[in-house]
Amino acid sequence: MQNDPIHSEDDAGRSAASMRSVELVVAGLIFALGLLVVSDSWRLGAGWAEDGPQAGYFPFYIGLLLCISSAVIFWRGLRDRHSAAQAFVTRGQFRMVLALLIPTLFYVLGIYFLGIYVSSILFVALFMVFLGKYHWLRSTLVALGVSVAFFLLFEVWFRVPLPKGPLEAALGLN
Amino acid sequence: MRTLSRAVTLVVSLMLMPSGVSAQSWEPTKTVEFIVPAGTGGGADQMARFIDGLIKKHKLMKQPMVVVNKAGGAGAEGFLDVKGAKADPHKIVITLSNLFTTPLATGIPFNWKDLTPVSMMALDQFVLWVNAESPYKSAKDYIEAVKKAGPNKFKMGGTGSRQEDQIITVAIEKQMGVKFTYIPFKGGGEVATQLVGKHLESTVNNPIEAVAQWRAGQLRPLCVFDDERMPYKEKVTANMSWADIPPCKQAGVDVDYLMLRGIFMAGGVTEAQRNYYVDLMGKVRALPEWKEFMEKGAFNQTALKGDDYRDWVRKEEARHIQLMKEAGFLK
Amino acid sequence: MEEISALMHGFSVALSPFNLMLMLIGVVLGVIIGVLPGLGGANGVAILLPLTFAMPPTSGIIMLSCIYWGALFGGAITSILFNIPGEPWSVATTFDGYPLAQKGRAGAALTAAFTSSFIGALVAVVMITFLSPLIARFALQFGTPEFFSVYLLTFCAFVGMSKGKAMKTVAAMMIGFALAAVGLDTVTGQLRLTFGFTELLQGFDFLIAVIGLFGIGEILQTLEEGLAFKGVSAKLNMSVVMETWRELPRYWMTSIRSSLVGCFMGIVPGGATPASFMSYGIAKRFSNNGEAFGSGQIEGVVAPETAAHAAGTSALLPMLTLGVPGSPTAAVLLGGLLIWGLQPGPLLFVEQKDFVWGLIASMYLGNIAGLLVVLTMVPLFAAILRIPFAIIAPVILVICAIGAYTVHNSMLDVYLMVFFGIMGYVFKKLDYPLAPLVLALVLGDRAEASFRQAMLVSQGELGVFFSNGLVGSLTALALTLLFWPMLAAAWAGMRAGTLR
Repeated sequence: MQNDPIHSEDDAGRSAASMRSVELVVAGLIFALGLLVVSDSWRLGAGWAEDGPQAGYFPFYIGLLLCISSAVIFWRGLRDRHSAAQAFVTRGQFRMVLALLIPTLFYVLGIYFLGIYVSSILFVALFMVFLGKYHWLRSTLVALGVSVAFFLLFEVWFRVPLPKGPLEAALGLN
Repeated sequence: MRTLSRAVTLVVSLMLMPSGVSAQSWEPTKTVEFIVPAGTGGGADQMARFIDGLIKKHKLMKQPMVVVNKAGGAGAEGFLDVKGAKADPHKIVITLSNLFTTPLATGIPFNWKDLTPVSMMALDQFVLWVNAESPYKSAKDYIEAVKKAGPNKFKMGGTGSRQEDQIITVAIEKQMGVKFTYIPFKGGGEVATQLVGKHLESTVNNPIEAVAQWRAGQLRPLCVFDDERMPYKEKVTANMSWADIPPCKQAGVDVDYLMLRGIFMAGGVTEAQRNYYVDLMGKVRALPEWKEFMEKGAFNQTALKGDDYRDWVRKEEARHIQLMKEAGFLK
Repeated sequence: MEEISALMHGFSVALSPFNLMLMLIGVVLGVIIGVLPGLGGANGVAILLPLTFAMPPTSGIIMLSCIYWGALFGGAITSILFNIPGEPWSVATTFDGYPLAQKGRAGAALTAAFTSSFIGALVAVVMITFLSPLIARFALQFGTPEFFSVYLLTFCAFVGMSKGKAMKTVAAMMIGFALAAVGLDTVTGQLRLTFGFTELLQGFDFLIAVIGLFGIGEILQTLEEGLAFKGVSAKLNMSVVMETWRELPRYWMTSIRSSLVGCFMGIVPGGATPASFMSYGIAKRFSNNGEAFGSGQIEGVVAPETAAHAAGTSALLPMLTLGVPGSPTAAVLLGGLLIWGLQPGPLLFVEQKDFVWGLIASMYLGNIAGLLVVLTMVPLFAAILRIPFAIIAPVILVICAIGAYTVHNSMLDVYLMVFFGIMGYVFKKLDYPLAPLVLALVLGDRAEASFRQAMLVSQGELGVFFSNGLVGSLTALALTLLFWPMLAAAWAGMRAGTLR
């Protein structure tokens, strides 16, 4: 895989990752999860005491089954030549997915720093402007409307406290 | 801009404030969260929702209140939440014995000293219950039957593992030289239902958790785990009142255990903030509905506040360490 | 019939204009609550509780229970439109509801969901009216071994037929079980799989996993194909209701079966969520059309919705007669009862006749009101799909984030939701089935706890699962369902053998 921004429009159909490599990575992660579960269950006691199974009994076998099934999937994946050629995502698709995923990650971090209402305004408005190609005024109005509606619904009406940031503090809303 | 608005707020609030009391009194300025470190439907939850209802019904607080259940990890979720909200005066928590037992049994980094004690609302009794169709008429009969049957033949149900119900069970076992099979459930209501369905031989439910089944003639109380009888003389069933239940001591089971139903807030709050809630809870306790609730649930109406309350909690913690050590729940 | 006259009296209590207005308010509020994953029935009941103190208890409970009906109806809406279950019991509705919406049949799916919900509830209410003492006694038969066998039955009904890659099904299911095991173990009070992180004490909540895996995963997948939802062209008039109604009688058998499953699970009480999964699994297995389930079948919407609503309704019975609330909403209702000075329990039916029969009458009326309200809104809901993706997608993400946050008021859950979203996207592309994962997450810890409680009871004897008629037949039924494909094949083989 080469990363060439100049050809980004032309290579949209090319594979960003093969089916096989993703399959192998996921199976590996599941295997690791299985090991984690097995090790903690072992610590708790994974035996069958006289009055039934111990705390780690079921998790131990769950972990074991995770390891076994993922190992089989891994092995099958290795031998499967067909899926090596198949694309898990093409570059074009991957760009689309990232176009949503990266703003979402920023949004989620934004909730922590700015509170949910301010970051929702930014998220909805920027999403509409950059991905939806809407006029910024319209986008801002929609975003404001959505946030105000949620504020009224959750904070005022249902009294469900959601994370708030410096703006709400300054306005004395929290 | 912000400083300006602050200055304006300050001036306005100074103008509105009646002179004299300003420094002493405090009132909530936003929604108060009332945290229940237990699941829905249990004794603590019922009491919290009842208090919340009374506050709303009699408009005792200007700001709204919401009851939030945070039962995760035997209540640790709720306590850690309040611990984390240091100096936040808009969070109060109702406690049960898991205030002591949960950190002791699981090693979760939390201690009641992280919180500010507000006031004790009542103490909850524990009663030994059997199914009404079983032949046991007294605690003595029952314990003898357990003895005769041999170890692990009788099933005792309770809420949670290594918590108050199991502590009482182990205390009985130690004293009387018997052995129950203790079966932990998630909530008190479930325990009472299992006893009605005869899937268990006995339980140590709180009165409020089993009173409905007692009145319907499905359960029978044998004794109360306290030094003396409960004071409520009004008939609950056709011919029995709470006061008719003998103390377990009389039956030779010298176990007494009362559970704290108290209110705490986060650490680091000011005196005025604490006083506000002490006052609020005082008003709640003065209501006739509260008296009725106490009677229905046969609560021990000891109520403490301030330093007395703090001392009581300190002693109770030492007692729990002792009890749990004896029961073998601490390593 | 004593019940009939009592019920008629109940209707006369419930049918005042004031009470009817309260019903309407309750239902509308409930629908809103059901639609948004961030709000549960408990929120709605809690905010209205103060208002009810000024009313007679019967009016109060009518309004509060109507929120409950509304929420049951509302849960299906976002499941069908966006693959995001508004409430846990509508997860199974997404399996066929969302594909239907993608085919442009959102209106039909919504109508089917609402109508089946209504029928399920109706069957349960009729049962409560006439059989409640009997049922209360039946519910008491359930000890811990019986509970385990019910959970086993749910798993077997749902999983036995899985056609996907076996290893991936196993892996997905085990991930669900492993996530369910995180937190405090009920039986021993030990912490499991928390690795010293206090944030993990509360375990992984089902709702967060579902919002992520289904909702966000779906948006990511949709994006691959460009900035558009597939089911844009939904019909926008009421004729779709009539058309769907003409189609529904075909699935009478599924309706009956699902109602029974739902009532059973509600009484036990297994709950509405397992009921919906079990019913979907059974319908898929026994329907002539079973193979096509998952590709957008009306029958695949009918089955889970009927069962969920039947279970949700009949679950009120244990609360009234045993004082054990089956859900957080029911717990808040219980708090309300206490303030009115009513003690739920076996004597409520004897001492508070007006109240109980007023409530039962309101169950009939509330569900009719609910059905009318939601059916008139079908075109409106379907029209939401016309909003362009670039507007609706960020709004859905905001709703998802709020929903995840409110579960424990914790930011960690929001991060987890995004993680589950990526996981859902990757798993779907790699052909890992998500449904077994979700089912294991919902039922895993409950099944394990009841298994171990049963083991404590029997001192480690597995025979306890066959120790009496009830538990024995449940366990046998579960195993039969699990091995059904094999048994059916063997049966067919034998028949072919004898014919030849």
